[in-house]
Amino acid sequence: MVVLTGYDPLPGGLRLPRGIVLSEISVLSEPMQRLLFHSGYVEPPSAAAARRTKLPTPVATRGTHENLVRMTAPRLLGGLSPDGEAVDLRTHRAAYAEPPISRRGRGDAAIIDAVEAAGLRGRGGAGFPTARKMRTVAGAARPPVVLANGTEGEPASGKDAVLLSRLPHLVIDGALWAAAAVGADRVVIAVDRSNGVAAEAVAHALAERERHEPSAVAIEVSWTPPRYVAGEESALVQFVNKGVAKPTVGAGRPFQRGIDGRPTLVQNVETLAHVAQIAAWGPDWFRLDGTAGEAGTALYTVTGAVTRPGIVEAPMGATTMEILAMAGGPSVPLQAALVGGFFGAWVPTEALWRSHTRAGLEPYGASPGCGVIVALPAGACGLSETARLVAWYSAQSAGQCGPCVHGLADLAAGCTDLAHGGGPGLVEQLRRWGSMIEGRGGCHHPDGAVRLLRSAFAVFADDVAAHSAGRPCRASASVPFIYVPDAAHGWR
Amino acid sequence: MISCEGHGVCADLVPEWIALDDWGYPLIREGAVPVPLLARVRWAVSNCPALALRLADT
Ligand SMILES: Cc1cc2nc3c(=O)[nH]c(=O)nc-3n(C[C@H](O)[C@H](O)[C@H](O)COP(=O)(O)O)c2cc1C
Ligand SMILES: Cc1cc2nc3c(=O)[nH]c(=O)nc-3n(C[C@H](O)[C@H](O)[C@H](O)COP(=O)(O)O)c2cc1C
Ligand code: SF4
Ligand code: SF4
Ligand code: SF4
Repeated sequence: MVVLTGYDPLPGGLRLPRGIVLSEISVLSEPMQRLLFHSGYVEPPSAAAARRTKLPTPVATRGTHENLVRMTAPRLLGGLSPDGEAVDLRTHRAAYAEPPISRRGRGDAAIIDAVEAAGLRGRGGAGFPTARKMRTVAGAARPPVVLANGTEGEPASGKDAVLLSRLPHLVIDGALWAAAAVGADRVVIAVDRSNGVAAEAVAHALAERERHEPSAVAIEVSWTPPRYVAGEESALVQFVNKGVAKPTVGAGRPFQRGIDGRPTLVQNVETLAHVAQIAAWGPDWFRLDGTAGEAGTALYTVTGAVTRPGIVEAPMGATTMEILAMAGGPSVPLQAALVGGFFGAWVPTEALWRSHTRAGLEPYGASPGCGVIVALPAGACGLSETARLVAWYSAQSAGQCGPCVHGLADLAAGCTDLAHGGGPGLVEQLRRWGSMIEGRGGCHHPDGAVRLLRSAFAVFADDVAAHSAGRPCRASASVPFIYVPDAAHGWR
Repeated sequence: MISCEGHGVCADLVPEWIALDDWGYPLIREGAVPVPLLARVRWAVSNCPALALRLADT
């Protein structure tokens, strides 16, 4: 059977599609900027918005989630030093006595078995089972490389920055355990170079290790440009190989052909921190928290209309409202939450009482993703927030695939129109464009915009209907709520 | 990274199998190419200015 497939990867020499100018101006962002959102209350501007100001009553409470075991103490964040400094190697070894040991050139199936028994899934967004990735890479013919993804391009996320800047040795231990598991002799830690605090902490931790605990595994750091798509695994691999942080597809997935053409295990730095704890305390301990299907704890960046925005740790299976409560709870009545970050989806307030897991959020087309929760106050305008997020997607495109470049530009313009009022047929047009864009980029970046927009249509359905009938309220002109960074950075 | 530049030549050559999206990029039907179209599909593959199309044997 002969099948005509779509695009072939460009064999080299990227050409930018028409009309795209990529600015090379580098703007260094304050590391804290990633963590900071407005969390002020926006006055409800209209009766329409005011009608939403009553918090719904809980529809489900704890006890409905079978196998749920509560966290007694934070596992990762429990190791933070109270003085706000990075935990040094000596303090780290007092808690984790056994340093990771690699058996040269051979993997250690026992470590992979433990990760599998623990049921660990990736914390970088896709939630792929970590042991499955480890097995593929360990079984390859060529010696693999471990790539620790600490780029955290998601603007609403700050948890990886916390791990890198406060618990660098836990992350490095995790990367070394992963290397021992798959038989890698090389570890690359990718850190956003605009995040000075994290960069300094990682560099300092590696220097400490060189002095006091030299490893047979080569560890290096790759300082990545502050671009969202740079954190996509094939983009990271291309950055390490060639210095260009844009996704590739034709060269094979990183687990097949990654750094230096070798099979590469790409894991989020939080995933690796959990690997280190599983290696130290075993899979049964790991499963003491979480649900049967989704084990352990996870870090969440909770911002928006909550009393104490920040990074919290909660067991898998906790409800979204319980996680919000760890950040002080809603500061004002809410109308929705953005879960999974900009690369996530809106969920209605009724969802806040469901378990914040893949299973719990699935009915809303959402997933925990990288653990971001932004609480949207009743007075904010969901459609103009969405329009600004879709515009961010468009600005973040790596400029390589037509449907991503031109499709997202049209989608963003259409969303802005909709936020200002829209008109007949606009929603249908946006939906049509959405299905035309979905799945047609070289990476999943444009799919995120489509998912976000679809969730906005569902969660802000009343607003969409009002706008389509030519009746927007004045809130679309109100102060933007979610902080959206601009994209004036290069790719190298 | 996908090399298609949206010239639309392919859709002109095999409109039964390839349509263009709103931005001029091809939307290709899934599945086996019907035998009567094969010759023209091959023609489209070799005429794509960006060498973006590929025939796969499955
Ligand atoms: C557009 C895009 C951006 C991404 N950015 C990040 C990122 O900043 N950090 C990260 O850990 N994973 C990011 N990912 C996911 C990675 O490609 C990869 O799946 C992940 O690092 C694997 O780690 P995990 O299995 O431990 O989650 C991104 C994916 C996409 C499609
Ligand atoms: C259908 C499917 C099969 C996959 N098979 C493997 C595999 O065999 N080995 C592996 O290391 N990763 C595998 N992955 C994981 C991907 O390489 C990647 O880490 C994951 O999908 C995260 O995607 P993201 O980069 O878009 O976030 C697979 C992913 C999918 C969706
Ligand atoms: S979406 Fe429309 S109706 Fe809703 S707050 Fe915004 S402008 Fe008002
Ligand atoms: S889909 Fe967009 S972000 Fe992804 S590789 Fe293509 S142009 Fe770049
Ligand atoms: S696949 Fe080739 S012929 Fe078809 S639109 Fe793209 S560049 Fe043009």
